[in-house]
Amino acid sequence: MIEASKNILEFHNITKSFLGTPALQEITLSVPEGSILGLVGENGAGKSTLMNVLGGVVKPDQGIMKLNDKDYCPKNPSDATRLGIGFIHQELNLFANLSVADNIFIDHFPKISLIQLIDKRKLRKKTSELLKAVNLNISPDVLVGRLSPGHRQLVEIAKGLAAGASIFIFDEPTTSLTESETECLFELIFQLKSEGKTIIYISHILNDILKLADTIAVLKDGKLVRHDNAALLTVKDMISLMTGRKLEQLYPHCNNSVSDEVILEVCSLSQPGIVKDIHLKLYKGQIHGLFGLMGSGRTELARMIFGLDDYSHGQIFLEGVELKYFTPRKAIRKKMAFITENRREDGLLLEAEISTNMSLVALPWYCKARPMNIIKASELSRDLNKTAHLLGIKCASIGKTLVKNLSGGNQQKVIFGKWLIKSPSVFILDEPTKGIDVGSKFEIYNIISNLAKQGTGVLYISSELEELMGICNRITVMAAGRMRGSFDRTEFDKKQILHFAFDDSSLEIA
Amino acid sequence: MGIRIDQQLIFRGIGRRKVRSKKLMSSVIEQMKRLLKIILLSDHFILYFSILFFLILWPFFPWMASVSNILNVSSNMWPLLALAIGQMFVLIVGGIDLSQTSTMALTSVSGAMIMTTKLDPNQFSNNPLWGLIITEDGGIFSSSPFAVPMAIAVMLLIGALIGFCNGFAVAKFKMASFMVTLVSMMFFSSLAIYLTLSENIMYLPSSFNAIGKSSIGFVSYSFLVTGSLALIAFFILSKTVLGTWFYAVGKNIKTSIVSGVPTERVIIQAYVISGICAAIGSILYSARLEAGRPTLGQNLLLDIIGAVVIGGVSLFGGRGKVLHAIYGVLFFVLLANFLSMMNLSFSVVNVIKGAFILIAALLDVIRTKFLAHQSLA
Repeated sequence: MIEASKNILEFHNITKSFLGTPALQEITLSVPEGSILGLVGENGAGKSTLMNVLGGVVKPDQGIMKLNDKDYCPKNPSDATRLGIGFIHQELNLFANLSVADNIFIDHFPKISLIQLIDKRKLRKKTSELLKAVNLNISPDVLVGRLSPGHRQLVEIAKGLAAGASIFIFDEPTTSLTESETECLFELIFQLKSEGKTIIYISHILNDILKLADTIAVLKDGKLVRHDNAALLTVKDMISLMTGRKLEQLYPHCNNSVSDEVILEVCSLSQPGIVKDIHLKLYKGQIHGLFGLMGSGRTELARMIFGLDDYSHGQIFLEGVELKYFTPRKAIRKKMAFITENRREDGLLLEAEISTNMSLVALPWYCKARPMNIIKASELSRDLNKTAHLLGIKCASIGKTLVKNLSGGNQQKVIFGKWLIKSPSVFILDEPTKGIDVGSKFEIYNIISNLAKQGTGVLYISSELEELMGICNRITVMAAGRMRGSFDRTEFDKKQILHFAFDDSSLEIA
Repeated sequence: MGIRIDQQLIFRGIGRRKVRSKKLMSSVIEQMKRLLKIILLSDHFILYFSILFFLILWPFFPWMASVSNILNVSSNMWPLLALAIGQMFVLIVGGIDLSQTSTMALTSVSGAMIMTTKLDPNQFSNNPLWGLIITEDGGIFSSSPFAVPMAIAVMLLIGALIGFCNGFAVAKFKMASFMVTLVSMMFFSSLAIYLTLSENIMYLPSSFNAIGKSSIGFVSYSFLVTGSLALIAFFILSKTVLGTWFYAVGKNIKTSIVSGVPTERVIIQAYVISGICAAIGSILYSARLEAGRPTLGQNLLLDIIGAVVIGGVSLFGGRGKVLHAIYGVLFFVLLANFLSMMNLSFSVVNVIKGAFILIAALLDVIRTKFLAHQSLA
């Protein structure tokens, strides 16, 4: 089937390096017309760079590309769009303040000639047709800001169709989608394929890749390590190809012994509209999972415990002492640590160096006495280097490399480093493995289980149930701001947990 | 040169060489782009620019290099630098302090009221403070030997207090720094005018005036004051926890809160430093004028913010060094010196200054963009 159709896109020896660091090395890859190519690899393996080359964002140092057997070298992204490349971005590139129709035709509005007025009627009609083509039943006049992430994605696909794209690139399209939205997206992808469009699909979710792709290309360290029929590959194969090591299991052995000493206790915590009557006990050395959907109140609960948000009723005890008028500063002094859900927003100083980021929390411990608080630079840099080395942060120099230039996995390790310089006694983690490749995930699980072995109580929030079942000693399920149930490791029951998390029909919002 | 030769080759129409020369040209352009980037991103960009500015104009206007002019330029630099350093702290935490000039005015008159030795009753008998702290014999402490230190202490204290008020409103009530300091600019400059009924306060003690005029050998007092201020500022920013926190708050306040940085205190401290620096600037200017002037610094705001921004302190927060402030002030004072010696009118001078500030702000944006491009690597 694949052999019969011609190649719409070919890469020949594409090589690209940034400041001497090779990002792509002699990639040769061809994509048959009307097929779906799954592109996988760890963060920093070169997937995004390859797609940026294709999308005209960066130019390759060497090598040529062919589109429909013609030489293809886009000067800029709009050039690529014109030649039929539709890039559906990871962070959606739509204007929230404009309508769906305006967004789709932002760069080629249908005009009434001469006076260059926008032909509103034509605009609306064309948009309706396109929306129908992507199975989206909304008005062309709706503001994009009011659409769900799933619908925005469909609008972006419609935009690609409007521009006449023949190749669609999806970069991690499902990260912010619900399960049913994901199903819709997949249906649409198959539909596009049946219409003869070619699709390149990038994802960390390997099962999705297997479900969708005809052929799969695996990248590692900028090299193409395998390109093969999807039927010939399994998830395990892909993981070992991507990471270069055999992962017999995805999670480290969970042999941390939970002590019977309670380190953190939450008693009937409530805040109207957010959480209601939360009881929670965290033991020393325990990894306590908190499972729930977005908006179930789990993130808000974590923020309250760490002193970032207020609560109206209830008490929080740390090692038996009640915490009052709590702030993050006091929490840190009591050796609590908190990794937030959105590392770009409130986890990192993106414009700063790795060392600045990592020292931010521990700084008060590395200074001479008041009043000047002079930083003990050598002591600090010694410990920073030690921690960075321990975590395996890959970079040129922790004192020079800016955090924004790191891959997602390395960025998350920097945040871990920030909290681990002084080992915490309570560690709250909110989605610590979101958007991170398999290899880094495994390293992060290792860090967490090692911490638990040393007696740290870990509160682990996640919406990936498998992950929680893999490393937690206990899982508490939240829905609509309430606790629905708790399970010990021996009683983990996927069905029951999902039932508690999803079936909130009987509950009103707290 | 290389480019010109290549063009000749193209004219000869030798096909293969044409391709090669095109390659050469594009590589030359590439090189120049890279060099431009390096210069633009360099910490010393404005220093290079100032030197270039000086060297280009020098052959046409030889007086620029005369000893008296250089002394003039340097004595103009120090008070402005004191203010610029303070402004820089506020810019680093992501704010702006428009009230520095009114702080100067208020501290100038209040310091003068304490230490002046003589006041003309015809001018001051209607003053709201007449008989309370000022009389015909001058300020209440004028006879005391501690008059000058006391006046300086009060000036610094008032500067710090105004800074504290600004910082408190910005940090605790989350008000926009632009609004807060705009209001305090209006309020405190009006207060300074009200307290003096628009009269300058003369007859300051000669020991105070000496700060603005005298020097130990070649080293002027104002240089010593501002120089040590610059050293302290450098020390705070690069060696202390507080300095790291200033940058962290300016770069991302949310991350700073989660990481346990006492963000409110840090912001307040930046404004207090700005207020104190304004008071120091006020001391230097008042001593040079030998008077407490209620309109002191009225036209200075453009110069302060202009100099700091030209120097390369980012208006978006999180970026700025003492060196930036020094270079910016150097360039601005050179420019002002040149313009004033050309006998241009006040409005023309301001138009030209404004144009340079605009260019500097544009460069700030370009620099930010270059830095963002590096992130693709």
